[in-house]
Amino acid sequence: MPDPGLLVVAAERVTAALGEHAAPDALEARRMQALSFAVHIPIVCFGIAFPAMFLFVHGLYLRTGKPHYKALAKRWSKVSLMIFAIGVVTGTILSFEFGLLWPDFMATFGDVFGLAFGLEGISFFVEAIFIAIYVYGWDRLSRRTHFLTGVPIVISGFAGSFNVIAVNGWMNNPQGFDVAGGQVRDPRPWEALLNDNLWHELVHMYVAGYIVAGFIVAGVYASAHLRGRRDPYHRTGLVVALSFAALASLAQGLVGDWAGRQVAVSQPVKLASFEGVARTRDSVPFTIGGYYDAQRGEVRYGVEIPYMLSLLAYHDPTATVAGLETVAESDRPPVNTVRFAFQTMAGIGTLLALLSALFLITWWRRRRLPRSPWFYRALILAGPLALVALICGWISTEVGRQPWIVYETMRTTEAVTTSDNLEVGFAVLVLVYVGLAAALAWLLRRLTARPPEAELADTAEQQRLVRS
Amino acid sequence: MLPEICVGFIMLGVTAYAVLGGADFGAGFWDLTAGGAERGGRVRGMVQRSMSPVWEANHVWLIFVLVITWTAFPVAFGSLFSTLSLPLFVAALGIIFRGAAFALRGQAATIREARVLGATFALSSVLVPFFLGAAVGGLASGRVPVGNAAGDLVDSWLNPTSIAIGVLAVLTGAYLAAVFLAGDSLRAGQPDLVEAFRARALGAGVVTGAAALGTVIVVRSDARPLYDGLTSGDGLAAVIASGLAGGATLGLVWSRRFGLARVGAAAAVAAIMVGWALAQNPDLLPGELTLDQGAADDAVLTALVASVLVGFVILVPSLWYLYRLVLQGRLDQEYEPLDQRFRPISAGDRPRRPE
Repeated sequence: MPDPGLLVVAAERVTAALGEHAAPDALEARRMQALSFAVHIPIVCFGIAFPAMFLFVHGLYLRTGKPHYKALAKRWSKVSLMIFAIGVVTGTILSFEFGLLWPDFMATFGDVFGLAFGLEGISFFVEAIFIAIYVYGWDRLSRRTHFLTGVPIVISGFAGSFNVIAVNGWMNNPQGFDVAGGQVRDPRPWEALLNDNLWHELVHMYVAGYIVAGFIVAGVYASAHLRGRRDPYHRTGLVVALSFAALASLAQGLVGDWAGRQVAVSQPVKLASFEGVARTRDSVPFTIGGYYDAQRGEVRYGVEIPYMLSLLAYHDPTATVAGLETVAESDRPPVNTVRFAFQTMAGIGTLLALLSALFLITWWRRRRLPRSPWFYRALILAGPLALVALICGWISTEVGRQPWIVYETMRTTEAVTTSDNLEVGFAVLVLVYVGLAAALAWLLRRLTARPPEAELADTAEQQRLVRS
Repeated sequence: MLPEICVGFIMLGVTAYAVLGGADFGAGFWDLTAGGAERGGRVRGMVQRSMSPVWEANHVWLIFVLVITWTAFPVAFGSLFSTLSLPLFVAALGIIFRGAAFALRGQAATIREARVLGATFALSSVLVPFFLGAAVGGLASGRVPVGNAAGDLVDSWLNPTSIAIGVLAVLTGAYLAAVFLAGDSLRAGQPDLVEAFRARALGAGVVTGAAALGTVIVVRSDARPLYDGLTSGDGLAAVIASGLAGGATLGLVWSRRFGLARVGAAAAVAAIMVGWALAQNPDLLPGELTLDQGAADDAVLTALVASVLVGFVILVPSLWYLYRLVLQGRLDQEYEPLDQRFRPISAGDRPRRPE
C-alpha cells in the first residue's frame, strides 16, 4: 500500500506554449465543452453497441432465415446510420472546440497526445465507410459479403473508443513527456497513448455504451410490449437489447471496482472528492447521500457504511485514504458536484444491475421474460436512467480532474482561449443542441411507428412476417 | 523531411475534403437553387440519392485534417483556431445544421417538413464552404500571428482575400457537384437531369474560372507574398495546371464524358491546393512561423507518419471499395423525385407497388 502522504507529488508545471496571458475565467468554455460532450457521448454509446446488436440479429437471420430477424436487423442498422450521422457532426464540433476553446492546451500538448486522435481519424473513417456500405447494401450485396461489411463497424467502434479514451486517460494521468523550465520536452507519443488510465477508463466506457444503448432500445420494445405488441419481431428486439444491457450491467460492477482502485492510486484527490474525504485517515467509511461541508471538512446528513471506502479503494478495510487536505484548496475540485455525480452514477448502476439480475435469473430458470408489467415499466425508465448515470460518470471524472486540464501539470484557466463572447457562443450552442435533440427524437418516433414489414423488399417475405 | 510529409498528409486531406466534401456542399447549393418543391423535386431527389451513401465518409477528411494539424503543428493549430474562432464557429454550426438536416430529410413525411429541413440543409451547405474558405484566406494572407487569439478577430477573416476565397470555395463546390451529379444522373437513367446538371456544370465552370482569376487579382493587392508565390516558379506551374485541368473538364462535360470529367475537376482543385502549399512554402503561418519552427518533435512526427501510413493500408482499400460500389451503382437506391416521396421510409427500399 503506498503511503498517501507521498502520493501527491507536485508535478512540474508547464508554461503555455502560446505565451503568458491573463487567465480568464474558463467557466463559459468549460460549459460549452461539457454541453457538447453531453450531447455527443450518448450518441457514441449507440456507435459502440448498436452495430454489435444488429449484427447479432443479422446472424440469427442468416442461421434461421426468419424474416422478423431480417426486418429487425435492417431497422436497427438504419437507425444506427442516422444516429451515426448526428454523431459525425457533434463529433466535428468537439474537434473544432478543442481549438476554439482550448488553443493553449492544443498548442502546448497537441503533439504529445495527438497520435491517439490521428488513429481515431482513421477508425472514424472506417466506421463511416462501412456503416454506409452495410446500410445501403441490404438486398444489394451478397449475403456473406453484406454480413462481413458489418464487422469493421464493430471493430472501428471499439478502436474509436480506445483512441479517444486514451486522450482522456492521458489528461487524467499525463505521461510520455518531460517538463524542463516550463517547457514540454521529449514527447513520447506511444507512452502517452498507452497511459495508465487508458484501460480501466476504456473498459468502463465501452461497457457503459452497451448499458446505455441496450437499455434505451429495450425500453422502446418494453413500451411496445405493454401496448400488447408481443410478436416475434418486438420480442426479439426486447430480448436482444436487454440481454446486451443486462450482461454489461453486471460486468460493470467489476469494472467500476477496478476503475475506483485505479483512481485511488493515480488521482487520490479525485477519489477524496468522490466521497468527500477531507482528512487523510485509515478505515474510512463510505457515506451515502448528504452533502460535503467544506467548513467542517465532513459530509453531513449522510449514511455511513463503516470501512467501506477503504475496502473499495484498496480492498483492505483499514487502508489509509488520502484526504482533500493533501493539496492546497485552490487545487481541489468542487467536491459536492463531483460527489453528487459519483453517487448518482453508482446508485443508478446498482439499480440497473439489480434489474438485469432479475431478467437474467428469470430467463435462465424459466426460459421466459418476467411477466409483471412493473418490470416493463422499470425497463422504460432504465434507458433514461442509464443515460443520467453515463453523464454523471463523466462529470465525476472530468469535474473531478479540475482545476487541471492536464492533471497537476496545466491548469484549465491556462489553456482557455482569450477570445471574447463565449457567452454568446454558449447560448447559440444550447439552442442548436436543443433543436437537434428534438429533431432526433421526432425522427426516431417516426421510425418506430412504421410497421416492421416495411423493411422487407420482397412481398413473399413480408407476408411471412405478418403471419408469424 | 518529416514536417513536409505531414504537410503532405494535411494537403491530401484538404484536397480530398475540397473535392469530395466540397461537392457535397455544392449539391446543397443546387438543392437551394432548384426552385419550388415541384419544379425542384427531381434535382433534389438526385442530390439526396447521390449524397446519402458517401457524405459521411467525405466529411471525415475534415476531421483527418484537424487531427494531423494539431498533432504535427500544435502551435499553429492553437493560433489558427483562436484567431479565426468566429468563422470556424459559424462553420461548425453550419456543419451541424447541414449534416443533421440532410440525415433527417430522408425521413420527412410531408412536404412542409421536407421544405424546412431542405432549406436548412441547403443554406448551411453554402455557409460552411464560405466560412471555411474565409478562414483559409485569413491564414494564406498572413493574418494569423502566433498566440492565443493574438490576431484581429474580425479582420482576420473579413478581408478581401478571405471573401474571395470563401466565394471561390462555394462556386468550386457547386461546379464539382454539377459534374458529379450529371454522371450520377446518367447512371440513374434520367436524361433530363443529365442535361440539367450538364448545363449547370458548364455555367458553374465558367463562373468558377472567372472567380478564380478575380481571386488572383484580389490577392495581388491584398496579399502580395501569396500572389508572388502563385505567379512564379512551382506555384505558377500548379496554377497553370489547375487552369488547364479546369478547361479540359469543361470540354469533357461539353462532350458528355462525365467519368473523365470527374477526374479532371478533381485534378483542377488538387492542383490549386498544391499551388497554395508551394506558394506559402516554407511558411506555416506566413510571416510568423515556418514549417520547421512549427513542427512537433521528431518522435511525434515519426509515430504520426507511421500510424497514418499503416492506417492508409486499411483506409485506402476501404475507400476504394466504397466508391467502387457507388460508381458501379451497386448501392444506388431507386431514383425518386424528392417531392414524390414524403413517406416515412428511406429511399428506394420501399416495396414496389404494382402499377
